Amino acid sequence: MDIFIQQVINGLVLGSMYALIALGYTMVYGIINLINFAHGEVMMVGALTSWTIIGLMKESMPGTPGFVVLLIALLISCVVAATLNFVIEKVAYRPLRNSPKLAPLITAIGMSILLQTLAMIIWKPNYKSYPTLLPSTPFNIAGAVITPTQVMILGVTAVSLALLMWLVNYTKLGRAMRATAENPRVAGLMGVKPDVVISATFVIGAVLAAIAGVMYASNYGTAQHAMGFLPGLKAFTAAVFGGIGNLAGAVVGAILLGLIESIGAGYIGDLTGGVLGSHYSDIFAFIVLIIVLTLRPSGLLGERVADRA
Amino acid sequence: MKQQPKFFAMAIAGLALLVLPLLLQTFGNAWVRITDMALLYVLLALGLNIVVGYAGLLDLGYVAFFAIGAYSYGLLNSPHLMEAFPAVLAMFPQGLHTPIWVVIPLAAVAAGVFGVLLGAPTLRLRGDYLAIVTLGFGEIIRVFLNNLDNPINITNGPKGINQIDSLQFFGLDLGKKLMIGDIEFASVTLYYYLFLSLVLFSVLLSHRLQLSRVGRAWMAIREDEIAAKAMGINTRNLKLMAFGMGATFGGVSGALFASFQGFISPESFSLMESVMIVAMVVLGGVGHLPGVILGAVLLSALPEVLRYVAGPLQGMTGGRLDASILRQLLIALAMVSVMLLRPRGLWPTPEHGKSLPPAAKA
Repeated sequence: MDIFIQQVINGLVLGSMYALIALGYTMVYGIINLINFAHGEVMMVGALTSWTIIGLMKESMPGTPGFVVLLIALLISCVVAATLNFVIEKVAYRPLRNSPKLAPLITAIGMSILLQTLAMIIWKPNYKSYPTLLPSTPFNIAGAVITPTQVMILGVTAVSLALLMWLVNYTKLGRAMRATAENPRVAGLMGVKPDVVISATFVIGAVLAAIAGVMYASNYGTAQHAMGFLPGLKAFTAAVFGGIGNLAGAVVGAILLGLIESIGAGYIGDLTGGVLGSHYSDIFAFIVLIIVLTLRPSGLLGERVADRA
Repeated sequence: MKQQPKFFAMAIAGLALLVLPLLLQTFGNAWVRITDMALLYVLLALGLNIVVGYAGLLDLGYVAFFAIGAYSYGLLNSPHLMEAFPAVLAMFPQGLHTPIWVVIPLAAVAAGVFGVLLGAPTLRLRGDYLAIVTLGFGEIIRVFLNNLDNPINITNGPKGINQIDSLQFFGLDLGKKLMIGDIEFASVTLYYYLFLSLVLFSVLLSHRLQLSRVGRAWMAIREDEIAAKAMGINTRNLKLMAFGMGATFGGVSGALFASFQGFISPESFSLMESVMIVAMVVLGGVGHLPGVILGAVLLSALPEVLRYVAGPLQGMTGGRLDASILRQLLIALAMVSVMLLRPRGLWPTPEHGKSLPPAAKA
């Protein structure tokens, strides 16, 4: 039983990181119908920036407590990632807004490769060990353990989600975002500036991704230029799973995906008598996705929309 | 009368294509090898073009079919299965060398079946959902290839399969060089001719498909699925057919790839590869055959050529910017800038929404 609880905790932690990334995908998709392939790379840039900042701060101010260092690094990497995503949108996606649908998809893929390569040049391709800044003595819950870092991940995710929900549902910007997602042209006629809203969406998405990046790196204790790819893919899967374009759907999809992955990885060996091992955990996400989409083609919480060719 | 200059140009182009490997051979076989790979990518891009370009179904897991073809060939033409299973060794004491007349159709059928299998559950999905499901499928295949080395060793895991036989037919072994008179045809050159003829065949096939009833139905589905359905097109069967057809191309290319390389491992079938093939199709011009070929040749050959040019640059930047990084950088920049400058591809279909060329001026 304690193994089960442990896997649930791990799954929640994993799922909340996916949720932060998935929100960025789903917001962008909701507004401009684009799969922003470069989103996972924004997360990676966030993580590596914070790594650099932490390294610098440890050298210049050795006495600072860990969580302060982490907080400062987090803030700076959010700013860097937000600027980056703002520029990406402006350069690579905005000029293509009225082009065939495949064109921005290809620039997005190109951007993703570009960012990975640039990161490889700037930060070198080796794996960097990410320092543990919080105390490492784990808490015990019913026989399972949870580290302070994981507690922080859950907390930060909850706070970020609450803030995002408030932003989207109760502010003027949020209303403008929802209006633009519904119909950009009509929103424009009502005095919303779609360009500003789209930029804001990318900035918010990037901030969430940067937070996810820092959390991801502190959880696994490592950072590298290719680290954004797989979580990005999973997060996108989660967004589709929950119904792309739907914020609550992204969160639900991400948490479920995290749980499925970690519980699946924990039990697949026993279930199949050792034939399949935990290294198959990466494909659970996709198998579940295929099953769900076959039964509910627009995701768990997605609305049924008419085909727009 | 007007046809004559065109025919003349085609003849010259054909001759140039025939002589090209012999010229390149003198600079070293590596160059012919690059051309071979470019042709293989053209084949893949043509196959994907059926799915993405004609039927408008975005497939991000295309490389899975390539992998299925490659492993079909690799397993049936290498010592691996015999080392892993004594029973197989008992059955084939001379070694497992399946003739290509069996193995290539088998690879094609296996990939085609997987294509239909993948297509079946995804029929109801809209564009982007389809993209992610196909992507997931590609990853699933890759993970299986990577891990099916225990408990039963089928794919030999990340180590891959080596010592794969080269292609042999009519007593001609493409793995050995051939002398005709004084002219030496290296193994890579022989492969070049094989790939070239297959590319030509595929172009012809694609072209005929495009003009056929099926092709027009695909394009109708691409433009507006509901309208196509209303016109009496059986969208389900036609979409499955597009998937199957595209996959078959992938399977055959995979088998050729395995025989050409003599070694395959799951690494060659990553998601990046799928993405590159999509990029070739889109960069060149979706649904337009010359464009697709151009895209495939550019994206596959150019970086390889740059690899040779990049050597000095690496020295200048103190090793930080090595050839593979530079190559990746240039591919990325090319993808972004080409799309920004020419959103419909380098060489798009002349008229939008109208795939048939205007009536020939007789």
